[in-house]
Amino acid sequence: MGAGATAGHVETLEVQAWRIAGDVADPEIPVLTIADLGVLRDVRVDGDGDGVEVDITPTYSGCPAMAMIAIEIEVALAKAGFAKVRVNTVLAPAWTTDWMSEQGRRKLTEYGIAPPQKGRGRRALFGIETVACPRCGSADTAEIAAFGSTSCKSLWRCNGCREPFDSFKCH
Amino acid sequence: MALANMGLDHIGQARSLYSHAAAIEGAGHDEDAFAFLRDERAYRNVLLVEQPNGDFACTILRQFLYAAFAEPYWRAMMGSRDAILAAIAAKAEKEMAYHVRHSAEWVIRLGDGTAESRARIVAAIEALWPYTGELFEADEADQAVIEEGIGLDPLTLQHAWRDVVARVFAQATLPMPADGHMRKGGRRGHHSEHLGHMLAQMQYLQRAMPGASW
Repeated sequence: MGAGATAGHVETLEVQAWRIAGDVADPEIPVLTIADLGVLRDVRVDGDGDGVEVDITPTYSGCPAMAMIAIEIEVALAKAGFAKVRVNTVLAPAWTTDWMSEQGRRKLTEYGIAPPQKGRGRRALFGIETVACPRCGSADTAEIAAFGSTSCKSLWRCNGCREPFDSFKCH
Repeated sequence: MALANMGLDHIGQARSLYSHAAAIEGAGHDEDAFAFLRDERAYRNVLLVEQPNGDFACTILRQFLYAAFAEPYWRAMMGSRDAILAAIAAKAEKEMAYHVRHSAEWVIRLGDGTAESRARIVAAIEALWPYTGELFEADEADQAVIEEGIGLDPLTLQHAWRDVVARVFAQATLPMPADGHMRKGGRRGHHSEHLGHMLAQMQYLQRAMPGASW
């Protein structure tokens, strides 16, 4: 086998490993995959093709889902025949909601969670934020609580359809 | 819910810092060794953060006074020459910005609220203000890392901190307290009685059953 063919073979495995790792669902928002979230940062397959190294980054420093995500990546890749899987947690560059894919934003809205708005990474002290209701689309909404059911969400209410909803915090 | 989430951010930051400290120490320890197996005197935290929750005004004011310091601290630490510290800082800075905002909104509600809420936040300021001076002190260990561009002199943050606190207190119609006697000692391992009680609760399991894991 020539060097070119070897490189092609490894690349194929890498694409496969990316897809498998990327398809792992966020345990707290199962409608999103870690690829949608931008949590999956890198996947490297070694020269022998049986070892994979995966880099993931936490959304929040204390995100309790990270350990679960790491285990699920290991299991998914092991099932696909990768004998040695190593999952690293990397902190830099820091995750931002801008890394969430368009597909991820759409899936979140359909699931009933208002997606983070792009380029709104930082809330100024006392800045006013508007979030559209993921159910009826009304912009007439109000924040009920700055902290919601998980680190990454706040709790809102729609004044149009009267439904409460979660909003993915801009970060 | 907010306090639990804020606690989670602090635990996450502490885990990253302890893991990094363990790697630098190179003695085979991990984050848990620092969290669960050190005695009170080995802790170097400022006294402010070990003050009891008290009522909601006390809790939220403690969080506000600390977050207003931690936000500019971590923002400046993003420029640390230690790449891992800079990375931890980049995450912590965003989290602390959110804490400042949330706790500040509560300080304003309480100060500019009812006679009862105002009395509570005024009492909280009186109780906690003497612990704020220690935030800006640097010891020899700090000096060493400041010189190497790894750490920063907390004194450089004092103006930014005062500005935010003064702005929030003004909106809350609360007077800015005078700086009287400041209580210090935490950075040298001399703690108030509250830390020992907290550690007893936090460390009990690892002390009773060393190495226990889920």
